[in-house]
Amino acid sequence: MWRFISLRLLQAIPVILVVITVTFFLVRIAPGGPFDSEKAVTREVKAALETQYKLNLPLFQQYTAYLGDLAHGDLGPSFKYPGRSVNELIAAGFPVTAELGFYALLVALCIGGLAGIIAALRPNTAQDYVPMSLAMIGICMPSFLLGPLLVLIFGIHLDWLPVSGWGDIPGDKILPAITLGAGYAAYIARLGRAGMLEVLSQDYIRTARAKGLPEWQVVLKHSLRGGLIPVVAFLGPAFAGLLAGSFVVETIFQIPGLGRFYVQAAFNRDYTMILGTTVFLSVLIVLFNLLSDILAAWMNPRLRAQFGNN
Amino acid sequence: MQPRILRFLLLVTAVSLLAACGSGESNVTSGNREGILHFGNGSEPQGLDPHVVTGVPEHFIVGALFEGLATKNPYTLEPEPGVAQSWDISEDGRTITFHLNPAAKWSNGESMSATDYVWSWQRLLSPALGSEYAYMLFPVKNAEAFSKGRITDFSLVGVKALDDLTLQVTLDERTPYFIQLMDHYSTFAVHRATIEKFGKATDRFTPWTRVENMVSNGAFRLKTWQLYRRIEVEKSDTYWDRDNVKLNGIVFYPTENVVSEERMFRVGQLHYTASVPLGKIPVYQEMADTPYRQAPYLGTYYYLLNTTRPPTDKLKVRQALSMAVDRDKLNKTVLQGTNISAYSITPPDTLGYYPPKLFDYDVEKARQLLAEAGYPNGEGWPGLELTYNTSEDHRKVAVALQQMWQDALNIQVTLTNQEWKVYLDSITEMNFQIARRGWIGDYVDPNNFLDLFLAGGGNNNTGFASPDYDAMIQLEAPQAATREERYAVFYQAETLLMEQMPIIPLYTYTSKHLLHPSAKGMPPNLMDWTNFKYVWLDKDWQQASKGD
Amino acid sequence: MTTQTISDIAQAEQGTSLWKDAWLRLRKNHLAVFGLVLLVLFVIIAVLTPWIAPYSYQAQNLELGASPPSAAHWLGTDIFGRDLMTQIMYGGRISLAVGFVATAVALLIGVTWGAVAGYVGGRADAVMMRLVDILYALPFMIFIVLLTVVFGRNMLLLFLAIGAVEWLTMARIMRGQVQSLRQQEFVEAAISLGLSPATLIRRHLVPNALGPIIVYTTLTIPNVMLLEAFLSFLGLGIQPPQTSWGLLISYGAETMEEFPWLLIFPGVALTLTLFSLNFLGDGLRDALDVRGAKD
Repeated sequence: MWRFISLRLLQAIPVILVVITVTFFLVRIAPGGPFDSEKAVTREVKAALETQYKLNLPLFQQYTAYLGDLAHGDLGPSFKYPGRSVNELIAAGFPVTAELGFYALLVALCIGGLAGIIAALRPNTAQDYVPMSLAMIGICMPSFLLGPLLVLIFGIHLDWLPVSGWGDIPGDKILPAITLGAGYAAYIARLGRAGMLEVLSQDYIRTARAKGLPEWQVVLKHSLRGGLIPVVAFLGPAFAGLLAGSFVVETIFQIPGLGRFYVQAAFNRDYTMILGTTVFLSVLIVLFNLLSDILAAWMNPRLRAQFGNN
Repeated sequence: MQPRILRFLLLVTAVSLLAACGSGESNVTSGNREGILHFGNGSEPQGLDPHVVTGVPEHFIVGALFEGLATKNPYTLEPEPGVAQSWDISEDGRTITFHLNPAAKWSNGESMSATDYVWSWQRLLSPALGSEYAYMLFPVKNAEAFSKGRITDFSLVGVKALDDLTLQVTLDERTPYFIQLMDHYSTFAVHRATIEKFGKATDRFTPWTRVENMVSNGAFRLKTWQLYRRIEVEKSDTYWDRDNVKLNGIVFYPTENVVSEERMFRVGQLHYTASVPLGKIPVYQEMADTPYRQAPYLGTYYYLLNTTRPPTDKLKVRQALSMAVDRDKLNKTVLQGTNISAYSITPPDTLGYYPPKLFDYDVEKARQLLAEAGYPNGEGWPGLELTYNTSEDHRKVAVALQQMWQDALNIQVTLTNQEWKVYLDSITEMNFQIARRGWIGDYVDPNNFLDLFLAGGGNNNTGFASPDYDAMIQLEAPQAATREERYAVFYQAETLLMEQMPIIPLYTYTSKHLLHPSAKGMPPNLMDWTNFKYVWLDKDWQQASKGD
Repeated sequence: MTTQTISDIAQAEQGTSLWKDAWLRLRKNHLAVFGLVLLVLFVIIAVLTPWIAPYSYQAQNLELGASPPSAAHWLGTDIFGRDLMTQIMYGGRISLAVGFVATAVALLIGVTWGAVAGYVGGRADAVMMRLVDILYALPFMIFIVLLTVVFGRNMLLLFLAIGAVEWLTMARIMRGQVQSLRQQEFVEAAISLGLSPATLIRRHLVPNALGPIIVYTTLTIPNVMLLEAFLSFLGLGIQPPQTSWGLLISYGAETMEEFPWLLIFPGVALTLTLFSLNFLGDGLRDALDVRGAKD
């Protein structure tokens, strides 16, 4: 087990290095630079700006310098926000997005997981159709639609919850969490139902039922682990993807999260910020995919045996 | 798992109930009581260094924190005393002497001095700083040469501190709008000791503008700066005119999403919004006592025509395209009647100047011109691509025009939307046939619009080049002795420009805001400028409006 | 367990009967048949749109503007006075094409990649899955912007770009399934019978992992349709006056309070498609479920 984890962590180094390298050169090829603006900038001004941010050096030298700084944990200054370092911006935005993502996943797992299990227990009955139809409506409601709709209903017409903000007014975290979580809940419900159905038709479940075990024990003790494997495989990248995916929700609810920094950095061609957030994201992806693989192994008795052999 | 779910559901219910019971007092109510203005500011400012930032959201915050030598009266836009209590302009208009107010102080209590300005302007003009607004001071003698590195001795530049309270500025030539520029943030003084504490004068990215470091000289001082959340400023107790400052503070919100901003306004979280969603405008217009406020704005929305590429290299094609656009209809329908049809680049009544109108909507004439250009009834039309940057409003205009051209001239125009930076790259490289463009004036003067089209100018983007035009703008206009003479030259130049039709003017902008009835002293003006010194909040606004 | 293993291998030897059986079972599932019929109907409408659309999709009537449903315009008109029903019909052509083609691309790459990685295991698996990690991490927006600049605007590119991002999760799910199936007795039996890996993957592993794959596919299609709207925003997708359901919904969302029909009708079109897909997907899953069918 530990060998498996350390091996994977070792593999993360080339992964992140490749991501940095590709991103570094990708952003430089993209048209438009960080200092282009609606009012044309004179050649002299542009040259001065490039000197200040060391963009006048040969590209390869910039690349090695970036790697050198990165080794010290320095992600460089933001081009868009003079006076702010990328480290500082990520440190400001990440806790917010992580908290939002955590609540959203909580919503998604509770609602989606429960709906999926309930549906799988009685397939092709009302107990299946009702939660699954709700899940499908959840998928058809992208967050740019669901968010404003929830605000309109609960924020304006009913006046129960704040329309925007994060941690400013009590209750302002509820709507963003539900908006972000709804899409994931729908996925989890669908994948959970399919996985559970797969497992429930396996022989060992039939054996368990034949032995006369109560249904809830069959579900909780024997099928849940196997049935949720597809959900877990989905969750790894999904959680890391929240970072980029939360952009829309953060914009709608004016939440100062990393999702906005990540997407806007690309729009602004804020080179260091794009690289910084991408490096950060790749670390998260490696970690969460690893976590989801470990979870999947733990849930699958056969794979667990394989780990033991290692 | 089940007990946990149950607990969560209970929690959600409890919290919602809690919120339902007391969603509490709105920002507007508490703000009116405490004298705090809640201001939707459009986006997170890039920074707060007056010499580095560009853009409208920055303008408002920097304008609250700092003050220039002169300020503007929000009702008339006429200059008013700021740090300088008075100024003298010499007979030939080339020497301006500012007399600083002895009571003007920095927020750390130090008195302001004329040398602060000499140092600050040197910083602004230093090539190494790379300030995008350095050109604001180019009317000053030798400023451009210093800024472009042609001279390195700043003492040659026309700005001198005659004593602590007297600043003398020498200009290359008479510049009627120079006093106006003293209210632009790029010409503000910054606190030398603070900046040098954190690095070189020309460093763009030192932390001197952080809350704990910032020293400013305006009516307000920085209190908190939470990234992407809010910036709070509070009334400064060192400001020379503090007795006339009515607000106790302002909270600026980075309201990027216009739909969300409008909703914040609706539930009383904001006194003022940076903009209004187009679809909402008719709803607000129909309201009695509407908070919607629309006023002419010093800016023009137009399409660039690439005069170096077929088919727009032909004058008659350009004229046909421009004449076939029914601007009034566009305005009444798609744009919800929110703008003013434009037929030239300078907005009407720019400090008394009115642009020429050389043509009108005329389908017959347009068809005839197109036929003369070799495309009778659109036959043999090579196709045309219209480029715009992604935005709902730009799309609406482009889609409507596409169909107008199709109907009037029987020609195909394809649309291409581009992401912002790609679009900027396309227009600077002139890699387009027709492209959307807008220009907002930095100061109220026709010059600010007409100098766009100087040959090879960075914001020309059309390939239009005329030595006669350049001579009128650069040589004749500055020599003019009176305003009338000067405007006559501008009129002549603008006529020449529009005869060549390198652009299709579409409309003059209007500023659009939602303003809570309790917020007073924020009159509409051509610059869409708020002088926060004048703003006050009326606690009893409800009674006042009932009494009407 | 042994009976199942043997019947499984027997079925693999006569692959056609599996599909024939499945079709028979599918026909008995009314909801699935309903979904199939509705989808086929949508596709027929999409194909015939240029001939049957009530109005021209670009003809504007600016004075009319946005108007609610009426006798002349059954679903109302948009802000340019264009008939919404026509817009939805033309939008369906784009959305259905993008949805099906891009998902097929994603499915093909994802399933193959995941199955191979899961089956081969070891070092190859590690390299393949780390590649997936890398692709997850790259900034997608910059990639899209570059694509538009290098290749211009192009439908094929749109399909590829969407397929290129959507296959990643598919690959992870497939790999997880294959890994768990690989350990099962019937697969080991098949290996001992000397089946080549390619045949084994195609005949045993993929069919047995179909459940989650079908479900994920039906989830991917609406996702792809909405992603297309985002790509259009970045300048890669389609251009006005062409339209799609994703674009209609995002325009409609902006004016949901003033002109709700502009949001509701495109939304209904998308939701109906999705419901049909899900019924069909579930039906297919049940029909193809080798073990479930043995009851």
